[in-house]
Amino acid sequence: MTILLDRKTAVLVQGITGKIGSFHAKEMMDYGTNVVGGMTPGKGGASEHGVPVFDTMKEAVEKTGATATIVFVPPPFAADSIMEAADAGIRTCVAITDGIPAQDMIKVKRYMRRYRAENRMCLIGPNCAGIISPSKALLGIMPGNIYLSGHVGIVGRSGTLGYEAAAQMKELGIGVSTSVGIGGDPINGSSFKDILELFEADPETHAVVMIGEIGGPQEAEAAEYIRDHMKKPVIAYVAGLSAPKGRKMGHAGAIISAFGESASEKVEILREVGVAIAPTPAEIGITAQRVLKAA
Amino acid sequence: MDIHEYQAKEILAKFGVPIPKGALAYSPEQAAYRAREIGGKLWVVKAQVHTGGRGKAGGVKLCRNEDEVLDAADDLLGKKLVTHQSGPAGKFVYRLYVEGGVAIARELYLGFVLDRKSERVMVVASAAGGMEIEDIAEEQPDSIVRISVEPAVGMQAFQARELAFALGLAPAQIQQAVSTILGCYRAFEELDATMVEINPLIVTEDGTVMALDAKMTFDDNALFRHPAIAELRDKSQEDARETRANDRGLSYVGLSGNIGCIVNGAGLAMATMDMIKLAGGEPANFLDIGGGATPERVAKAFKLVTSDANVEAILVNIFAGINRCDWVAEGVVQALEKNPVKVPVIVRLAGTHVEEGRKILARSGLPIIRANTLAEAAQRAVAAWKNDKTANLKVVNA
Repeated sequence: MTILLDRKTAVLVQGITGKIGSFHAKEMMDYGTNVVGGMTPGKGGASEHGVPVFDTMKEAVEKTGATATIVFVPPPFAADSIMEAADAGIRTCVAITDGIPAQDMIKVKRYMRRYRAENRMCLIGPNCAGIISPSKALLGIMPGNIYLSGHVGIVGRSGTLGYEAAAQMKELGIGVSTSVGIGGDPINGSSFKDILELFEADPETHAVVMIGEIGGPQEAEAAEYIRDHMKKPVIAYVAGLSAPKGRKMGHAGAIISAFGESASEKVEILREVGVAIAPTPAEIGITAQRVLKAA
Repeated sequence: MDIHEYQAKEILAKFGVPIPKGALAYSPEQAAYRAREIGGKLWVVKAQVHTGGRGKAGGVKLCRNEDEVLDAADDLLGKKLVTHQSGPAGKFVYRLYVEGGVAIARELYLGFVLDRKSERVMVVASAAGGMEIEDIAEEQPDSIVRISVEPAVGMQAFQARELAFALGLAPAQIQQAVSTILGCYRAFEELDATMVEINPLIVTEDGTVMALDAKMTFDDNALFRHPAIAELRDKSQEDARETRANDRGLSYVGLSGNIGCIVNGAGLAMATMDMIKLAGGEPANFLDIGGGATPERVAKAFKLVTSDANVEAILVNIFAGINRCDWVAEGVVQALEKNPVKVPVIVRLAGTHVEEGRKILARSGLPIIRANTLAEAAQRAVAAWKNDKTANLKVVNA
């Protein structure tokens, strides 16, 4: 079992009748994901790529037994869609949408705390590439062909930089158990630490590649977890070495505003807890190879 | 999105935050007229710029009569103000705020931020106002009080009272401070701010609590539901290239190096800049053309990057996920055929249909330097930039 999803996971697509939602629903189906339905309010009763469309998440979950969902809903309505998924009893929700207001995300996080930790939905994203368990299932927008199936977990904020890492690893014959994009927003569903916990508990994952970037406290929080609880080796790269302070670098959350938020400070914090640092973004694969050989 | 002090004060006043009498001026004559309207014997003429540290940089002038107001305004208008926060490019002063002088008894600090760790709104206050919060944190860390707001119910009056008492305010001022703090919080919450800072929050000699300065920053992602706030955007305070880029859906940050970057995805864009630096060059910009990287966006990106006179080489790094390398390659070729560039262009493509993409670049006959890996791309870009530089020097020397 890989983390968060496998071949059997029944998946819904929120916003399946939209252009982007429809396109990626098809891509996910072609990859082998068990897409069982979609949801667009007002389009209930229709079908898309051969699966039924529902008006509400409650109905969709009831009729299909889905446990996972992926959100392609535009920013003004995305937070509402995530909360609807949580309320319908979904276990894993990936929010692809870029541009959700930060205060909406605060509300979403607060809303999710209504449920006990063991029943709480795991939210990945927003503004992320999603989850892929190579040769099993895709709950995201990554190109499946760049991943080799194997035993290294990947967790990162950025989509394309995650692809870069996976491609470097494939080149060296290193396979991936699951790759998770946690997204570039300042307030997001799952943190680095949340995903590291899942990888640490997953017997199919032997090591983890973590791709951080400037801004926010999550890499430092992950470092504490690695120091105190993690037995599996971790390889890390932190993007934004050349980023100036106080400027937003594309991602809403990629801004150095406090002590410990620059790339070099994060690298130091991770190095201190025994993480193998990839010195350049071109050496993520090689660093992983070196660590795997030594293990 | 940042707004000016006078705009922040107008907004906060609507939420019940007391502010000194003041008015906006676009000319020295208007400034003097405003001073007369406000009345009194002391005025402050304040440059309206989107940066901190105005006072130390000479952007705030105390005036004792209308002539001094006129002179101060004359001196400030059209001036480039370089503060320790503005960067070397500085900010131009096109608007002035004329404010009635007040007698200050105490200067306090009050700030509201989105705290990423607790994922809540955090209120920060200190009795050591008037200096920057970073300096307060350094010099008088014990004076800082923090309160985090439970998102389900919002800020409560008792929390504002706790802050007011912690600031050591007299009983007569507590109620004023509470309504000021709650007013700021409501403005923050209702208008999707990411930062509200009152520094200093003052107590006047006659015991009134008021906001002497005010800064507000808004969540770009939430502007769609606050059209009146979006209207307050002042493009004269932004980097012209960044404005052009953002208006065209590209995410751009101008830097001081010579190697222009065109990349898809923010993380990969930062990594590409890092790689250039590690290879011995300096990036001229951050540019994320979006994960999709359509040919139209590639063409727009070339226009944008070449508009920077410092750019002496261009590195294109595209990892095609959802889209295809052959489409991106077509986009690059079309852009370069339509608008030939004078500097070396290095292109690295990876991902879906990469072989077809590389073939299209090779067949085009354009002088494109191709690279297969990220490391190769950065090294070739730096090498091309250095060679080109020597070539130019030779021309100058000849």
